[in-house]
Amino acid sequence: MTAPGILRPAPLPAPAPPVNAETKPYWDATARGQLLVTQCADCQALIWYPRAHCPDCASPRTRWLPVSGRGHVYSYTVNYRGEGPYQGCGPYVLAYVELDEGPRMMTNIVEAGPEALQVGMPVEVVFHDTGEGSALPRFRPA
Amino acid sequence: MSIRGKAHIAGAHEHPDRKIPDKSIAQVHAEVAIGALNDAGLTMRDVDAYFCAGDAPGFGPVSMADYLGLRNLRYLDSTETGGSSYLTHVGHAAAAIAAGKCRVALITLAGLPRSQPGQRPDGVRRSAAPEAGFESVFGPTTVSMYALAARRHMHEFGTTSAQLAAIKVAASQHAQHNPRAMLPVPVTVEEVLDSPMISDPLHRLDCCVITDGGGALVVVAPEVAAGLPRQTVKVLGHGESPKLADNGRIDLTRTGAVWSGPRALEEAGVTHADIDYASIYDSFTITVLQAIEDLGFCDKGKGGGFVADGSLLAPHGRLPFNTDGGGLCNNHPANRGGMTKVIEAVRQLRGEASAAVQVPDCELALAHGNGGSLGTRSAAATLILGREDA
Ligand SMILES: [Zn+2]
Repeated sequence: MTAPGILRPAPLPAPAPPVNAETKPYWDATARGQLLVTQCADCQALIWYPRAHCPDCASPRTRWLPVSGRGHVYSYTVNYRGEGPYQGCGPYVLAYVELDEGPRMMTNIVEAGPEALQVGMPVEVVFHDTGEGSALPRFRPA
Repeated sequence: MSIRGKAHIAGAHEHPDRKIPDKSIAQVHAEVAIGALNDAGLTMRDVDAYFCAGDAPGFGPVSMADYLGLRNLRYLDSTETGGSSYLTHVGHAAAAIAAGKCRVALITLAGLPRSQPGQRPDGVRRSAAPEAGFESVFGPTTVSMYALAARRHMHEFGTTSAQLAAIKVAASQHAQHNPRAMLPVPVTVEEVLDSPMISDPLHRLDCCVITDGGGALVVVAPEVAAGLPRQTVKVLGHGESPKLADNGRIDLTRTGAVWSGPRALEEAGVTHADIDYASIYDSFTITVLQAIEDLGFCDKGKGGGFVADGSLLAPHGRLPFNTDGGGLCNNHPANRGGMTKVIEAVRQLRGEASAAVQVPDCELALAHGNGGSLGTRSAAATLILGREDA
């Protein structure tokens, strides 16, 4: 298997996200195979999803922080009815992964059949190229 | 200050149709508005407050107010919290009436998702949401977001698919007495479990119906109610709360009902044991289960056992619910079930539900809505309503 963090072609649709000035550093990092969150420079809270202020203490001082890309499945579903870019792509796994650092993020689980899925299973990030200067952070069994 | 008893629901109207291929959304808003005003014994000229949500076409509440011909407005509210909007509107209307800002509030809902699938009037706003890029790219659909909540609930509390199915079974038992219901045939637990999987663990029959339609309510000051021919329903309590993803701390097994329920009960000065009938938001079976727990009708995590032993069946269950068949079997107009929740509670309190499911001597009802997604962020609203003499 390839090491985590390496950019690879997507087995699923990989629609490009909307990117703006606030989120560009995050998406630029995904294209380099790096997962970032923001961290509050005052209360030190990790902030998910990333944003320019701290929703815990309202500080406007935040910074970008790389995280491990490791975590476990908080919940998952095999969705048989994709819509939009996922229409007709076949069943796929939508999930929340709780990062080892704490935040729970929406993602897909890949490289695992439905029978292998369990709440609590350890996973690691992989990045799927959108072809537009960004990559989607998805997770596979670790 | 409390709204207890300071406003009455004087008119309620549910559009009779479930498929409306030949009308505009605005037209259906107008039909239900006229229906509710007729029910109340009032006219467009009497209306001085108008409430609508994201299903209303046009510029906030203004386009619809203009279309309807509401010339005497002095109060507008277009609070948009998805399917719970209309319960929130009743609470806000009662507060505005209690504060002397208005006397006759009209609330309307309409949508045509069956005839015009894929058209969401709120689509542009959703794609501009700050969280959009961090979620939409992974293919979340409405059903899959509720499936994530169901999976987590099963993991934490041992809830089973058969227990969730019991909620659909109870709704279908009620729907057989509603000649307008989209799904009027009773189903079994096995039929729910054998229906196609949409997003694991939710099957097709764990989902609500998709229907065209609409509904409207007229909320009035007590002195207006006193002059009307029809029996009215008292607004006794209201609570609302968003449920946030909360900076990466999302909790899929608890909803805003944890806060909206106690606020509504406290304002009404009643307890769970006083509630004769409950309209519980039922976009999916899991929506009902979590609401029952979070409203406090059973302990957290015990909802599966509560629903599986017939508690929800009218007229004699512990908590008779959704006697029109609910969103699960009757009607879910505009993909928003809050309006019909209030309307069926009004029917119960007026003694106008279908005879087979009318709760005897129904004096106090709870109506609960949950808009948005259990799987991301949502908004709950709870109303306590009472018979006119309550
Ligand atoms: Zn902070």
